[in-house]
Amino acid sequence: MAVLRPFDKLPELNSAAILLVGAEGGPQQQLAEAMLREKKDFNINIHLSSSLPLPSERDHLRPRIDLIAFVIDIKSKYSLKNVQASLAYVDVRFFLGKVCFLVTGVGRVNSCSVEMNAIWKLGEDYCSPVLFCELELEGIRVATAQRLLRMLQICAGRVPGVSALYFSLLMRNSAGD
Amino acid sequence: MLLLNHTPMAGFELTPSQPAHLEPGVGAPSHCSAEPARYPDKENADPQKVAFLLHKQWTLYSVSPLYKFSSADLKDYARMLGVFIAAEKQKGLAVDMNGELGVRVAMSGLPELRSSEQDPAAVLVQLSLRSSVSPKNSEEKLIWSGWFCCVAGDDLLEDLPENFTCLPLFLVNGAESYTAIVGSWFQKTFDCCFRRLAISPLNLTWMAAMWTGCKVENNKAAMELLFSVPHLPQPLNISYAIHPEDAKALWDTVQKTPGEITQEEVDVFMECLYSHFHRHFKIHLSATKLVEVSTGIASAHCDGIIKFLQSQYLIGVLMLLTELAISQIQ
Repeated sequence: MAVLRPFDKLPELNSAAILLVGAEGGPQQQLAEAMLREKKDFNINIHLSSSLPLPSERDHLRPRIDLIAFVIDIKSKYSLKNVQASLAYVDVRFFLGKVCFLVTGVGRVNSCSVEMNAIWKLGEDYCSPVLFCELELEGIRVATAQRLLRMLQICAGRVPGVSALYFSLLMRNSAGD
Repeated sequence: MLLLNHTPMAGFELTPSQPAHLEPGVGAPSHCSAEPARYPDKENADPQKVAFLLHKQWTLYSVSPLYKFSSADLKDYARMLGVFIAAEKQKGLAVDMNGELGVRVAMSGLPELRSSEQDPAAVLVQLSLRSSVSPKNSEEKLIWSGWFCCVAGDDLLEDLPENFTCLPLFLVNGAESYTAIVGSWFQKTFDCCFRRLAISPLNLTWMAAMWTGCKVENNKAAMELLFSVPHLPQPLNISYAIHPEDAKALWDTVQKTPGEITQEEVDVFMECLYSHFHRHFKIHLSATKLVEVSTGIASAHCDGIIKFLQSQYLIGVLMLLTELAISQIQ
């Protein structure tokens, strides 16, 4: 089974890798470019995939993945199903703060095809933060890129004293509802 | 345009999971778990009286509560509106055809369009043009109709302050210029706000599921879903037509409790239709945008356009639309 494991490979010096998983035609490409444009003091590798599992032929060339961001477009039910199918190929240790869900298309409520409860449930079931962003808007895209970069830094262990486990603070607190 | 002639789906495997409790979500109607139970037959509008509402395309607006509106003064309001329209025409702002004869405004109440005594009575506004053929016994041609209604608007009616009338749904058939004039008169006179009511694809799937479950005699109209494919240089629409008997059979398999619908059941129903389509055409309809739903009961477009086809279920459809209007106002 070609499951993505978080600690199978050795980390590389001064670099971190993020994997963006989302259905084709989505805003992942532009988000990746926004992340590359940001100022940073380490090398980042951004991998884009439309679904998991990743092809096993190139597996030895891939670096260790530090953060997986699943992109869901609220206008397309297919993108949600795609993400749900891909989650089966992620090792359970990734869900200790190294996975997050990006929900885009939230600016236009009148085009929404995905029910909100399904998204909340996904975040709760997989104990991972759900970030709502309108990736088609330039400003929000840049802000999301900065946020992801910060999360990537932490997941790669480049911020002393802060580990990925702290990201549970970003999750919706169901006890407070 | 692809048209799929649906063959009966015998032996189709369905594995619906536990129905989730429906919570108010973005754009989702909040009380839909009880919706079909409130399609009561005995409270139906008299078919004769509402026949003029059927088979016409109505554009939907949501209206905030009207201040100091009284259904007893409809004649005065009609007169004032007529004067306003004539004044607008003098200014040259209105579409002008037979300007010299003027537009006559008629306002009347439609008390049968409600689900209980708490709902305010619906108000109908009609604009007719006097024909220039014989001024003595002038025949009037109806050029524009609009009606306000509120069916089962319990949410909004509860906390309404005094002097406010709640008629959140406004349906229009006629020229856009007259809609603008009438709308601005109501906004000035009653301090309310009109907004186009769009229907999200999520709500359209609810309508598709609910209307499929309704029993209609001699229903020859196929259930038709229209999808618009995004991200293409040229616009592409896919039309998916399903035989109404098959659609109803599928829905009856999915729905567990008659009179109640959950989001899970709607999802399973749509998923079955999508996967059937995918098996034949290898196209993922779930990646497209659902823009129109047509069944034997009514037809709804995501731009906020509705057509009623059956007087039997008129109140039920109005109930759902009122709920959407209220959720847009709040």
